[in-house]
Amino acid sequence: MKTTAKKPDYVLFDRTTRAFIYNMQTKAVQRMLDFDYASKREIPSVAAIINPTGSDSYSKFFFGSQEILLPVYKSMQTAAEKCPDADVMINFASFRSAADATLEALELPQIRTVVIIAEGVPERKMKEVIARAKELDKVIIGPATIGGIVAGAFKIGNTGGTIENILESKLHRPGSVGCVSNSGGLSNETYNIIARNTDGLYEGIAIGGDRFPGTTLVDHLLRFEKNPAIKMLVALGEVGGNDEYEIVRALQEKKITKPLVIWVTGTCAKAFKTEVQFGHAGAKANIEMETADAKNKALREAGAYVPDSFDDYDKLINKVYTNLVKEGVIIPAPEPEIPKIPVDYDVALKSKMIRRPANFVSSISDDRGEECLYGNKTISQVVREGLGIGGAISLLWFKRLMPQYALKFIEMCLIITADHGPAVSGAHNCIVATRAGKDLISSLASGMLTIGPRFGGAIDGAAQMISEAYDKGTAPAQFVAEMKKKGVNIQGIGHRIKSTHNPDLRVTLIKEYAQQNFKETPLLNYALEVEKITTAKRDNLILNVDGCIGVCFADLLRNEMPREEANEYINMGALNGLFVLGRSIGMIGHHLDQKRLKQGLYRHPWDDIAFLNE
Amino acid sequence: MAQKAIREAQGKKMIARLLKDYGDRKYMVEDNFISVGPETDLDALPKEYPWLESTKVVVKPDQLIKRRGKNNLLLLDASWNEARGWISERMKTEITIDGVTGLLDHFIVEPFIKHDEDDEYYVAITSVREGDNILFYHRGGVDVGDVDEKAEKMLVPIGSFPSAGDIEKSLLGYLNDERKGIVAGFIEVLFRLYADCHFAYLEINPLVVVDGRIHILDLAARLDSTAEFLCKSKWGGIVFPSPFGRSLTKEEAYIEELDSKTGSSLKLTILNPKGRVWTMVAGGGASVIYADTITDLGYMEEMANYGEYSGDPNEEFTYKYARTILDCMTREKDPQGKYLLIGGAIANFTDVASTFKGIIRALKEYRQKLIDNKVKIFVRRGGPNYKEGLRQMKELGQSLGVPIEVYGPEAHMTKIVKLALKGGN
Repeated sequence: MKTTAKKPDYVLFDRTTRAFIYNMQTKAVQRMLDFDYASKREIPSVAAIINPTGSDSYSKFFFGSQEILLPVYKSMQTAAEKCPDADVMINFASFRSAADATLEALELPQIRTVVIIAEGVPERKMKEVIARAKELDKVIIGPATIGGIVAGAFKIGNTGGTIENILESKLHRPGSVGCVSNSGGLSNETYNIIARNTDGLYEGIAIGGDRFPGTTLVDHLLRFEKNPAIKMLVALGEVGGNDEYEIVRALQEKKITKPLVIWVTGTCAKAFKTEVQFGHAGAKANIEMETADAKNKALREAGAYVPDSFDDYDKLINKVYTNLVKEGVIIPAPEPEIPKIPVDYDVALKSKMIRRPANFVSSISDDRGEECLYGNKTISQVVREGLGIGGAISLLWFKRLMPQYALKFIEMCLIITADHGPAVSGAHNCIVATRAGKDLISSLASGMLTIGPRFGGAIDGAAQMISEAYDKGTAPAQFVAEMKKKGVNIQGIGHRIKSTHNPDLRVTLIKEYAQQNFKETPLLNYALEVEKITTAKRDNLILNVDGCIGVCFADLLRNEMPREEANEYINMGALNGLFVLGRSIGMIGHHLDQKRLKQGLYRHPWDDIAFLNE
Repeated sequence: MAQKAIREAQGKKMIARLLKDYGDRKYMVEDNFISVGPETDLDALPKEYPWLESTKVVVKPDQLIKRRGKNNLLLLDASWNEARGWISERMKTEITIDGVTGLLDHFIVEPFIKHDEDDEYYVAITSVREGDNILFYHRGGVDVGDVDEKAEKMLVPIGSFPSAGDIEKSLLGYLNDERKGIVAGFIEVLFRLYADCHFAYLEINPLVVVDGRIHILDLAARLDSTAEFLCKSKWGGIVFPSPFGRSLTKEEAYIEELDSKTGSSLKLTILNPKGRVWTMVAGGGASVIYADTITDLGYMEEMANYGEYSGDPNEEFTYKYARTILDCMTREKDPQGKYLLIGGAIANFTDVASTFKGIIRALKEYRQKLIDNKVKIFVRRGGPNYKEGLRQMKELGQSLGVPIEVYGPEAHMTKIVKLALKGGN
């Protein structure tokens, strides 16, 4: 990159200034680039982002409507080597590290100016920074500031607010006024006043609200005094400290000769009987001399234009400006054309300028508010009202809060399906994966993937088959006969060990709960009729646990919602979800158990494999 | 987030506890300072501090009150029994000092140190941009006078630490050799402690030397509260008390609590609950200017509150903040009616429409009370989404039954103050 000729020392920022942004402040960077574009800068004002907690990479931004990449560096040193033309660092570090990051930046020979944004930097730390900057003849702006702006040339971070405000306050092109204030929060207001009463701002700096700002009001006024492009000075001081007396002295010593309109805020302090700390750390009068009234008086006596109240600040600025125009000191320039700035999508959306169909829809939960909603209930309501896991499932799976008996049933199904010993496919796979050194999620997934038509998948199947037969009005005997004829096993019927003589207690539990608590159980009744026929053929062809859960759950859904909706859930495979969710409890248990027992890699023994070689 | 004063007892205890970490043990100060608050069981104190029974004591209120001696708030050379009676008489009573009325509720008790006037010195360390100034005067006590004029001064540039020799040479010319050594040594150590613990101000008046030992008889100090993250353990759970006479009202305490719950800023000070001019201003800088303008236009006595909300508080917080102010301002009717100024500068990033939503909710809730109290409302604001915010306010003005005038950035920020108070003239 070409290096620019040495700038006069009164110029901190111009149309060629390039800055580092310390910390990943993408919004601030984009705002700077939008300003650059509006000001028709040729190159972006941000040279690179320094992200001490990241790694060297690139970040995407807009320059107008075109996308560009800005480099991101982990270390300041690297950034300096790669971007030798950057001479400003805008330091967005927190109050904890802002001083140290500034001290580091000051040591880079190419850096001339550091802006500290953070509020709450310890005063002692700041004094060290100020002393070092003075030794190195460098400039600090801040801390506790939004920064500053050179109209149409360079904007620090978030100064000026939104792009609409920048254009409304005519900050995209230079005027003739140099402005300095403590408050960053009032800078937009001041620039607006200047835009409405003069030919606009040339440069504006907010020195920040701390007791010991890196540079003071007078530092910048003296700089503006030297800058021939600035014809008129505007300042806003505040109660506390002695900074304004430096201005008084500079006026008396004729170091400031350009007309200066200034107002010191905090004249209300006398209304407070006891000490009140205003918004800024420095805004506190310790002695009479530091009061706003005393300062305004001293400034007026020294020859500054001081209104009687902030209420007349605008009129006085207008008056001084009008005189300068009359005297020919200021010749207002024609307004340049403003390039069209593309509006950010989120801004346009908010102001209802645009619409776009969403790519995703969701109807079960919403995390945009204060607290996440499950259906229409906040999480804390779910917890406080004791809705339990059953309640969460009811809200998130079925989009309604079912009555207590149903929630309890859901939880019962989860408990019953939670585990079935280490030997079944799911647990076995999970254990083998765990022993191969895999993590929890991989081991769980390995077990999960065995769930299907032969293992655990019969819940949906049973519910579908039985409800279809029942709805068609097929008699149980006819149904059994038809299935036999088709050669299809009835899902949810049959068990390897359990039989009519050795009933499955889990089935009894579910069955009885449904019979006692459900409004009606037509599908369960139907299934029990089917069971009577099948067990007559062979005594282990009982309604098994999957079948029982399946038909009871189908009954439950039909109790709580229209039949079509209930069928839709069953056809979507919702009931299988119960088994998946319940069994993951057991599988996680097996994974942890194997880890705890330090089980090594499993290798199946050869003697348990029949090698059927030719 | 600034320099904050601490109680005398806290400051003295901190120095007594930490001084040994910064230099020679011979400059130690003994920790026999007792802090008495409303919860202290006076009868139990002698058990904890047996010296109370055998030593004469000094008692003073410990509530950031200046010139206690001159205001008759000092008990010297008293027995513990006398001291206890003195405290009991005053605890929870109201006093007025320099026009400020407040409740006495904190005292410091310490041994009475018998000494001559010649043993009293004045020492202070103040923070300035270039470093710190050490001030020393070879006389001390209540009648020390203008120390800025009289005291010897030594500027210590930031980052450096003066040796006892430097201190002796620059500050202690009037002391005899024995005293020079001990005072110089003490100030050297004290300065290290001051710097390392991020003090912003430290004044000992008088510092007394008796039998070669240092005693801190009276101390005032401020810490830089922003350094808490560096000094938390050294400060040892320090609490920053409110200035004397500024005990919080229920509403102020409520807003302070709200403030602590959000990353945004919510501040409220009730100045005159019967005042007719109430403000609800966004932004620390703007809020001061609104209060200034009310003062400058001659309505200081009518200014009811000072406060601000900023940092993009969400709707719920602005609603609660607005409700608190509306509640305060509609408690007592005034035949002349009242003004509510909903003001603010042009915001940088606060969404004006969304912060107004909370205020509008509160205004609707207090509709009847606002009508009953003859409240007139004036609004001025700019910034992101301000057109929508102002539109909503105008719309509200048509339905609320309370007059609302609404202005944007085209109007000077304080125009509504003049409109309200002077009818625009």
